[in-house]
Amino acid sequence: MPANVYQRIYTKLEAITKATVTLKATDVSNDELATVAGKLAQVVKIKGDNVTLQVFSGTEGIPTNAHVEFFGEPPALNVSDELSGRFFNAYGDPIDGGPKVSGDKRYVGGPSVNPFKRRQPSELIPTGIAGIDLNNTLVSGQKIPFFANSDQPYNEVMAEVALRADVDKIILGGMGLSNDDYLFFRQKFEDAGALNKIISFINTTEQPPVERLLIPDMALTAAEYFAVDKNEKVLVLLTDMTLYADALSIVSNRMDQIPSKDSMPGSLYSDLAKIYEKAVQLPDGGSITIIAVTTLNDGDITHAIPDNTGYITEGQLYLRKDSDTGKVIVDPFRSLSRLKQLVIGKKTREDHSQVMNTGVRLYADAANAKTKLENGFDLSDYDLRCLDYAKEYSTKLLAIDVNIKIDEMLDTAWSLFKKYFKPEELGIRQKFIDEHWDKA
Amino acid sequence: MKTTGKVAGIVSNLVAVEVNGPVAQNELCYIDLDGIKLMAEVIKVNGSTAQVQVYESTRGLKVGNSVEFEGRMLEVTLGPGLLSSNYDGLQDNLATMEGVFLQRGEYTAAIDPTKEWEFTPIAKAGDKVLAADWLGEVKEGWLPHKIMVPFSFTGEYTVKSIVSAGTYKAEDTVAVLTNEKGDDLNVSMIQKWPVKVAIKCYKEKPRPYKVLETGVRAIDTFNPIAEGGTGFIPGPFGCGKTVLQHAIAKQAEADIIIMAACGERANEVVEIFKEFPELDDPRTGRKLIERTTIICNTSNMPVAAREASVYTAMTIGEYYRAMGLKVLLLADSTSRWAQALREMSNRMEELPGADAFPVDLSSIISNFYSRAGIVVLRNGETGSVTFLGTVSPAGGNLKEPVTESTKKCARCFYALNQGRADSKRYPAIDPLDSYSKYLEYPEMHEYFEKRISKGWVEKVLKARNIILRGKEAYDQINILGDDGVPMDYHLRYWKSELVDFILLQQDAFDAIDANCPLERQEFMLDIILNECDKDIEFENFEQCISYYKNIINILRQLNYSVYKSDDFNKYLDQYNKASNHAS
Repeated sequence: MPANVYQRIYTKLEAITKATVTLKATDVSNDELATVAGKLAQVVKIKGDNVTLQVFSGTEGIPTNAHVEFFGEPPALNVSDELSGRFFNAYGDPIDGGPKVSGDKRYVGGPSVNPFKRRQPSELIPTGIAGIDLNNTLVSGQKIPFFANSDQPYNEVMAEVALRADVDKIILGGMGLSNDDYLFFRQKFEDAGALNKIISFINTTEQPPVERLLIPDMALTAAEYFAVDKNEKVLVLLTDMTLYADALSIVSNRMDQIPSKDSMPGSLYSDLAKIYEKAVQLPDGGSITIIAVTTLNDGDITHAIPDNTGYITEGQLYLRKDSDTGKVIVDPFRSLSRLKQLVIGKKTREDHSQVMNTGVRLYADAANAKTKLENGFDLSDYDLRCLDYAKEYSTKLLAIDVNIKIDEMLDTAWSLFKKYFKPEELGIRQKFIDEHWDKA
Repeated sequence: MKTTGKVAGIVSNLVAVEVNGPVAQNELCYIDLDGIKLMAEVIKVNGSTAQVQVYESTRGLKVGNSVEFEGRMLEVTLGPGLLSSNYDGLQDNLATMEGVFLQRGEYTAAIDPTKEWEFTPIAKAGDKVLAADWLGEVKEGWLPHKIMVPFSFTGEYTVKSIVSAGTYKAEDTVAVLTNEKGDDLNVSMIQKWPVKVAIKCYKEKPRPYKVLETGVRAIDTFNPIAEGGTGFIPGPFGCGKTVLQHAIAKQAEADIIIMAACGERANEVVEIFKEFPELDDPRTGRKLIERTTIICNTSNMPVAAREASVYTAMTIGEYYRAMGLKVLLLADSTSRWAQALREMSNRMEELPGADAFPVDLSSIISNFYSRAGIVVLRNGETGSVTFLGTVSPAGGNLKEPVTESTKKCARCFYALNQGRADSKRYPAIDPLDSYSKYLEYPEMHEYFEKRISKGWVEKVLKARNIILRGKEAYDQINILGDDGVPMDYHLRYWKSELVDFILLQQDAFDAIDANCPLERQEFMLDIILNECDKDIEFENFEQCISYYKNIINILRQLNYSVYKSDDFNKYLDQYNKASNHAS
């Protein structure tokens, strides 16, 4: 980033920690950028003329007589149509060998949308995956993470969802991506022939962790440009938010803040909310939808990161390997899309809601039957039917390799109901039974 | 002369200010950032340094920026026009703001000064009045909005003059009052009040003695909340806290609903913005928005204003209570407010309490809950603020400071159970863990006998007991297997399932089932208890299961039908046949 004419230069550091440096400087504004020995840094604390800077790439090799130049402004991104199809690092500099992007300079991490000016999300985003479309329907303007263990194929599923979704732009924010995963995304997007609508901001594990803190802001600044200025439908993919939060805790620790739960900063909720709440349906038709990944430590969702995330996002999707069928499925019990009520039965068939609930309830009955079986008890006829139903439900609807239209999903569910159950075992409104039972 | 100062330090939204004069704790100030005024509140003073929390982003702020102190605390503006308004946590009107994005330093008037109101006097010249006495009335939509002697007026006043009936603007003088010293004071329709101070201008605050109907069976029947009572809903995410709160907001039998969206999702507020103007209020036939005020500080709005938002909401509630109205205040979620306190406490480097929350968290919460209540006004009328807050416990674990502190002061506890939510048994209110202390109040017993029927509380306790015994039986069945337990265990379990499916579970998204009036609740409870009293002989447990499944299915259809409609009677007949056939 070029320094402007107002830059001031200092050459004496008072203190250095692993992530921050402190020096005496005047006329410094909160949040402004600087370079310390050529490394990018941001003002995080001012006390009189003592200024503390967070150095994004770490302070290794920074001497006490390092040159410090202040820019007089916070981090920014140049936005224009030239962003399309490009790959950038955390600072918004190209990493694909292409030229710098020209355009309007926007400060990242800008203000929030007035809640009164938002519109209610109401457009369904079909993915073809029944575990999502049928049970946990996604809506434009929604924010939803995958809660996944590290061994699960979350990046693959997310890339698949993104490419199938009907959107104008896909913006990928990769934080702490392994180089292999970065190349996977690149290859996947190229193969799909969709590169021109994709913009990527990438921080890999080869780069310093604190740099990651800029990724979501960069990605969302680009997203806001397309959604607000161009009225486009934008899908933002953020992976992995757990590594983002880890970087937050590193910085707060270096600044001697008192940690709260799980050594995370006390402001974790607000920090995450600032990112996720950028998801919005705008009055003029543009929208930002966020699909994120939060990796879990062995499925533990009580950890501060997934826990705070769950309270912010509009639901969460869990992947699970179903040992009975050998398929990776979208877990119907723990997954939830909070906005699905806005579209199911409205943008989809009227029986959607009841079919969805009944399908999941029967699957739960099957889980109970399985417990009984494992405990060595005799199974009733109903239990046995539930178990058979569950296998077929899992393969034909829950598995992530399913790719069908929503009406087909509903019809499939009805045919399974009819195959294994009697109408009175479903607890579905008589009206829907009358409409669909015979046809199934 | 106003105290002024200069910015001396900045950490996020905590700013140190060197002051040149007296400042008060909680005093407001404005920091000048190149012409943009950022509102802030004093939260700590040490020597000539005041620590202020800024209600806006501090990006770009520099050491040396000037600060001007206001000599007052954070206040709300009270007057006609609050109803149906959409405010942020500092009572700025969100609807009148420019642009799609919230801009720093943009503050909008809470009450439209240009709007004219139809004023009718109540007091007359010569009357002796005290603070909160009614001087006159304006029509705020459908609501008779009382213009009162400002709450800040201490001592007795004499009405010197009052304007005659006619149209006036909110800021026009409508009455002149003379105090004991003989000074004349002009009173308009607008008054101001500091949010953190409770409005106490009433004669007495009795124990709550009547029920506030919500239309939710799991609440009204099993754990009723009293008018003027307090309750809280803790639950992990995904358990239906917000859906439940919205259902209550739509259905509760209150004159006014104040919703404080405190640090929660913006789309949830949008849902209210969108739906409430369209939904009918079944009680008045008007739109729901006409009885609703929204105070909204969503999770991405400045953290410091989050704390203010619940106080702003409570103060507006107390204002309407002083008019003799029934107010229901819903806050979602009080945990976010506690977290805001934690963030500030952390930045001030205070010694932390449990989970890094400030040590006085418990007293702050109980002090806030104590502002709810039913009150008798000086003119004998009653008004009430019923408060229902949600708590978002970290990790869904109820052994955390916010839940524990709230449990000490709230009288109703609606525990949302993850297991119930997972098996889609909504509302996920746990029938055994939840409680309402009001069920134990003798005044409430008396009220139930009059309002519903004799022996109501006994019936409720009986239904609760069926659930408890059912759970015990279920545990045994799980250990010993279907065949390993006597028939009686299956009966007990399925009777509890009947109570669960027909009374506790309720479809908040079904137009009919969503709202169940007390009369219908009584009708259903009687059916269920009668059914459970029957002695039915089954040959085997499978027969037992299929009998109850059938009954549950029929009674569910009953729940989905309009009360006493043809469909309703049809299913009732079906039920009676199925049930009589068996016994």
